[in-house]
Amino acid sequence: MRRLLPTWVKWPQLDVPLLAALLLLMAMGLVVLYSASGSSTDVVYRQAVRLGVGLVALLVLSQVPPHILRIWTPWLYMLGVLLLLATWFVGTGRATNRWLDLGFFRFQPSEIMKLAVPMMMAWYLHPRRLPPDFVTVLVAAAILAIPAVLILRQPDLGTALLVGISGAFALFLSGLRWRVIFGLVGAGIAALPALWLVMHDYQKQRVLTFLDPQSDPLGSGWNIIQSKIAVGSGGLFGKGWLTGTQSRLEFIPERHTDFILAVLSEEFGLVGVLALFAVYLYIVGRSLYIAALARSTYARLLAGALGLTFFVYVLVNAAMVSGLLPVVGVPLPLVSYGGTSIVTLLAGFGILMSIYGHRNFIR
Amino acid sequence: MNPARLKPRLKPGGRRRPIKDQALEARQFSGRAMTAFIIVAAALLLLIARFFYLQIVAHEEFATRSVNNQVRVLPIPPNRGLIYDRRGRPVAENRPAYRLELVPEKIEDLDTVLADLGRIIELPEEALERFERNRRHHRVFDSLPLKFNLSEEEVARFAVDRHRFNGVEVVPYLARHYPFGELLTHVLGYVGRLDADDLNRVDSLGQAGNYRGTTHIGKIGIEQYYEDELHGTSGLEKVETNAPGRTLRVLERQPPQHGSDLVLSLDVLVQQAAWDALGDRPGAVVAIDPNDGSVIAMVSKPAYDPNLFVHGISSRDYAAILAAPGRPLFNRALIGGYEPGSTIKPFLGLAGLELGVINDSDEVFSGGAYYLPNVSRPYRDWKRGGHGSVNIYEALEQSVNTFFYQLALDLGIDRIHDYLAPFGFGEPTGLDLLGEASGVLPSRPWKRGRFGEPWYPGETVITGIGQGFNVTTPLQLANALATLANGGSRFAPRLLYASKRPGDAHATRNAAPVVARVPTVEQEHWQTIREGMRRVVHGEKGTARAIRPESDLVIAGKSGTAQVAAQERDEDMDEDTAAHLRHHALFIAYAPFENPRIVVAAVVEHGGGGSTEAAPLARAVIDAWLAQGVVQ
Repeated sequence: MRRLLPTWVKWPQLDVPLLAALLLLMAMGLVVLYSASGSSTDVVYRQAVRLGVGLVALLVLSQVPPHILRIWTPWLYMLGVLLLLATWFVGTGRATNRWLDLGFFRFQPSEIMKLAVPMMMAWYLHPRRLPPDFVTVLVAAAILAIPAVLILRQPDLGTALLVGISGAFALFLSGLRWRVIFGLVGAGIAALPALWLVMHDYQKQRVLTFLDPQSDPLGSGWNIIQSKIAVGSGGLFGKGWLTGTQSRLEFIPERHTDFILAVLSEEFGLVGVLALFAVYLYIVGRSLYIAALARSTYARLLAGALGLTFFVYVLVNAAMVSGLLPVVGVPLPLVSYGGTSIVTLLAGFGILMSIYGHRNFIR
Repeated sequence: MNPARLKPRLKPGGRRRPIKDQALEARQFSGRAMTAFIIVAAALLLLIARFFYLQIVAHEEFATRSVNNQVRVLPIPPNRGLIYDRRGRPVAENRPAYRLELVPEKIEDLDTVLADLGRIIELPEEALERFERNRRHHRVFDSLPLKFNLSEEEVARFAVDRHRFNGVEVVPYLARHYPFGELLTHVLGYVGRLDADDLNRVDSLGQAGNYRGTTHIGKIGIEQYYEDELHGTSGLEKVETNAPGRTLRVLERQPPQHGSDLVLSLDVLVQQAAWDALGDRPGAVVAIDPNDGSVIAMVSKPAYDPNLFVHGISSRDYAAILAAPGRPLFNRALIGGYEPGSTIKPFLGLAGLELGVINDSDEVFSGGAYYLPNVSRPYRDWKRGGHGSVNIYEALEQSVNTFFYQLALDLGIDRIHDYLAPFGFGEPTGLDLLGEASGVLPSRPWKRGRFGEPWYPGETVITGIGQGFNVTTPLQLANALATLANGGSRFAPRLLYASKRPGDAHATRNAAPVVARVPTVEQEHWQTIREGMRRVVHGEKGTARAIRPESDLVIAGKSGTAQVAAQERDEDMDEDTAAHLRHHALFIAYAPFENPRIVVAAVVEHGGGGSTEAAPLARAVIDAWLAQGVVQ
């Protein structure tokens, strides 16, 4: 066959099934967003642009071989930690110090850590004998604890948990022994009361409201009550696109961002929710499959951790919307409006694509 | 492969790194990945169970609650603070008015309804266009204003036919009104409809919720500068509504915090006096109390009626303003740049005395023209044949150019710049309005930066009579003279005199801060300059002796002329000179001489001579202010 391009130009090796699932998810998201934003083409357009930027990041990263990523990993991690320290001094967010202003654009350094922590974890575990021994686990714990604590202090509980969990997944996949896992989980549950002491007032309020929403139905319990009414009133088939009274009449707060799942549930019912979950499950399963195909420990751990972290977004967000968890600021991935998280998530899938595309390389 | 790669690498300390069993690890990983997937699936099952419970098992209950869910949170916009002048005359007020609003979602055939409405209420093309524009990005089920400021007849006609218009309502609101119209426009500014840019700015300040029910925002002037104080804090109402959204019952009400009332330091009577004295000529007048930096009058002419902008100006009215002669939108007092002309002479004279370059008995001979060594170009006196030998008093009284040519040359541009800077030349005064111009106080570095050229001695000479590169605003001139009059304290002048938050018993005074102090070497030097300025009005040969009061009031002043086009002989024009080529007339003054209570700077564009055209303005303003006695 005649080639149009010189032989050294490689066509992007993309995992078509994974890409198709992602695109399907984004399309579903835009449809729901149009309704949730009150039929605002403006909002949908801006979201589409953001998704486009994310897809470009995905394409670029998919062309970077995993072993190159591995070489960059410690630098990226250190850069991320330094930027987090920088927000401490020069952060510009309202009331919270999450944003760093670089003059030409602003971003949240904690977003970098969502990728850098699992990468660093994989980098650290890559040359070591697995399952990890005690010292290795200790060092690994430090690698995930440093950024998590820095982000927690911003304060951004949701992101801190996601970053910590992404590192924990890499450790789990590396074959951490079950008794250690159970021990840590047990210790974590035992430490929950201590967490209460370091939580901010607004965080405590959210937990209290979660435990008893009726205590303040027009105040902070509003979100949970209205969200549950939206979900429940949707029934099996939903009220139909653009006709959800809960969202159209603005009973659901944050309905195009964190609570967009409530809009979907109201307008498309349990059938819509199941369809959405099926796509998410497929994406997570596919990610783990790609991870299992990979030849290097680094690629395996990283791919697995990214896929599982993606699922945690879904789990936490859906649990929050359905009233199983208190209100935490975690978006429904690739569906919720806005946030730098879209670009980060798609960049993560770019890494997965790269791992898939370079699965036959041994380095 | 590089053979070095095959050697076992050593860890620091010499221990061999453990050998990894790749195949075992891969198997181990697959096991863990499978476990993880099972956990994921289990968690998802749990979620599905939860959604199944909510959407199927408990569906009936939630469906009922959804139908009964009739509680809406509505914003209650705060009332905008009122604005008064120094003596309590309202200058910006809120008048009850009615607007026509409709909720597009509740109307089946919008075009027909609009056509029917048009038969009972006049709907201008602009209103319909704006409505169409806003409709594209408004919140669903929020009502959208169609027309503001309905007439009483329109309200009555609509009330009769109301049953025919579901989803259309006449809503009472408070409309901003400026009773003094164009007299105060350039100070007060106006409020206008909140547009997309305003919304973005409000949003970026975290105020989006606070402005949800607000329709108007300060666009310019005091209304813009003190927007935060004037706006107040929005309240909210939780109301029970029926299915079409009509309010049935108020469940909870959080009243709004109304905006603060502002008291300006302006005196409308003084403002009016300046306005009238300017007549039809374009120009500006600024009056400041030198004791506290409060602005007593600030006029820029021509102006325009701010009330036109409140309800959305029609394109016809706006085009008329743009086409009007003299650029009515241009605030001459704040951003008009003029050569100071001879009004700079008192400041230069003070520099000469304080820096020891001259003393009050030094004389300079004025013979009609002044020459630099080896330069043939004459620098002229305004009087043919010159003024003879004059000292500083006489030089100010008669505005003798030659005296100040020599003085400027003796001082040199560096010392001139450094001495004039603390009077506020060349920088914004810091008045509480946005967009103030800074003017130009030239210096060697300034010229090098601006033109890439060195400074020439000839430029120092004309700086002596305030020509060349010097540019000042009327506000700057007034503030500099206030600094001279009060002995060297330069205030950042203030238009806001006091503000009163709702619920407060008394207004809080807003004092102008002192931003610079001009050091005093010798009190008598200052007195010498003031005496020279007194003679401008009261001396035998004073250039402004025409405005000398019959009463025993003593005024100190200085005339000036700003060049428009280069002329062969300064201030030597007659009736035949084309109006647009005539010089700008300037006059600065303060009074009473012994205990100054007001400083005035007046500019009449293309007026010609400062003493004949601008001085009477200053006199009128001073009279209007002093006639009213001391305000408490």
